[in-house]
Amino acid sequence: MPTSAKLYGTRLRGLAIATFVILTAGFALAAFYAPIEADQGFSQKIFYVHVPLAIVSLCGFIFGGICAIQHLRTGDPRHDLRSYTAIHQSLIFCAGALVTGSIWAKAAWGQWWVWDEPTLVSFLIVFLLYATYQPLRFSIEDPERQSRYASVFAIVAGAFVPLNFAAVRLANPLIHPRVLNSSGGSLPNDMRVAFYTCLVGMGLLFITLWKYEMASKHTRAQLRSLRRKLQSDDQAPVQGRSAAPRLTAP
Amino acid sequence: MSAPSTLGAARAVFAKELLLERRAPQTLIAMTLFSATTYVVFHFALNRDSVAGNLASGVLWVTITLASLLGIGRLFVSDRDEGGLEAFLLAPVDRSALLLAKAAALLSFLIALELVAVPLFALLLLGPTPSVGTWLRLALILLLADAGIAVVGTLVGAIAVQTRARDLITSLLALPLLLPVVIGAARSTAPLLSELGAGTLPSRWPVVLGLYDLIFGLLAYALFDYLVED
Repeated sequence: MPTSAKLYGTRLRGLAIATFVILTAGFALAAFYAPIEADQGFSQKIFYVHVPLAIVSLCGFIFGGICAIQHLRTGDPRHDLRSYTAIHQSLIFCAGALVTGSIWAKAAWGQWWVWDEPTLVSFLIVFLLYATYQPLRFSIEDPERQSRYASVFAIVAGAFVPLNFAAVRLANPLIHPRVLNSSGGSLPNDMRVAFYTCLVGMGLLFITLWKYEMASKHTRAQLRSLRRKLQSDDQAPVQGRSAAPRLTAP
Repeated sequence: MSAPSTLGAARAVFAKELLLERRAPQTLIAMTLFSATTYVVFHFALNRDSVAGNLASGVLWVTITLASLLGIGRLFVSDRDEGGLEAFLLAPVDRSALLLAKAAALLSFLIALELVAVPLFALLLLGPTPSVGTWLRLALILLLADAGIAVVGTLVGAIAVQTRARDLITSLLALPLLLPVVIGAARSTAPLLSELGAGTLPSRWPVVLGLYDLIFGLLAYALFDYLVED
């Protein structure tokens, strides 16, 4: 039995159920338990989706950068796969944060896009930067070089994220609501419970999806190597160019 | 014979870059022509004879940023095509020497570009006439921004040269990464080019630019070795 498939496949069901339960509970709490905000009314409820999405996607980008450091240090392609999966899922979460942020901006300020809103603008820049991750990988043919360059990119971009937030924030006056300030947040208790449940649920969703994709990628790599063993070398299927990291030698 | 020091090797590669550019000028001429043409484009696109303040600062920085992309895109091309990278890897020197030399070459190209393009901008499009003090402060901002562009540009150029879609990757990677530089530089030059006479330079922006230069300088130093391995 292949070990690495086991490694990623286990506990996936339990994790998925936990994610479903916690995320549903979080959304239910947000919808029914948390009070309607006095200023913005019902539209403020999108905050329970938008902010967790944003926080989880930023953490995912940073995690991708850390895996990339590991990859450059050890040269192990599995770290590259971790980094790749984390970054491209964070990109999806980031797009979700942008869309929900835009909807919220429309509800709260009457416009779909607000330029003097540093956090939203920073997110757009980060999104645009990470959107080049896939094209970059795809345009480098040699798999070994592809993974090395992608890791360099992931580290540079990971360091860029906080710097970019600082620069954009300095350029604008603050109007984005500071939900979690340094003194521990200004949320009332019942809102905070709903918010943290949503945050944990969204984090679990990210981890579940990440593990799921890792398991799928490992299984596919093993399937490919088994198939190659069955067939003779000249009949082995030719692998097309791919942006995804390869675990086995081509 | 002992191996040359990193600085010595960097100096040799830097001299080679300048010699190449002197014998067959490609990058500098292209960058300068591009910026002059961009001013003309701005003149017609904005339908303005002169610009000032925020608009002037924006025109200047869009031009410099886009012109720098040309330099970034060409930075490693001749080395890859003519086997310069392999030759460098054969030499018993530290790989950071290549980073130092290339960043210095890009920096000197940018300075040379700005020596022409910024006075040209003042001549063609800028409304208010800057005083000597304003020029000096402008030069400080330009230098700080150039250092950032040079470091990030060297990193991006080294990545992009190994890809299939080199020009595409250069612009897609460099533009978002250079945004903090553009923000900082444009915000700090805007008061200098104001119609009401040069305003005071907000001190936080040079600090942000300096910080950016420092962080990306260290990052480039740490990561560059992985980009020239083979």
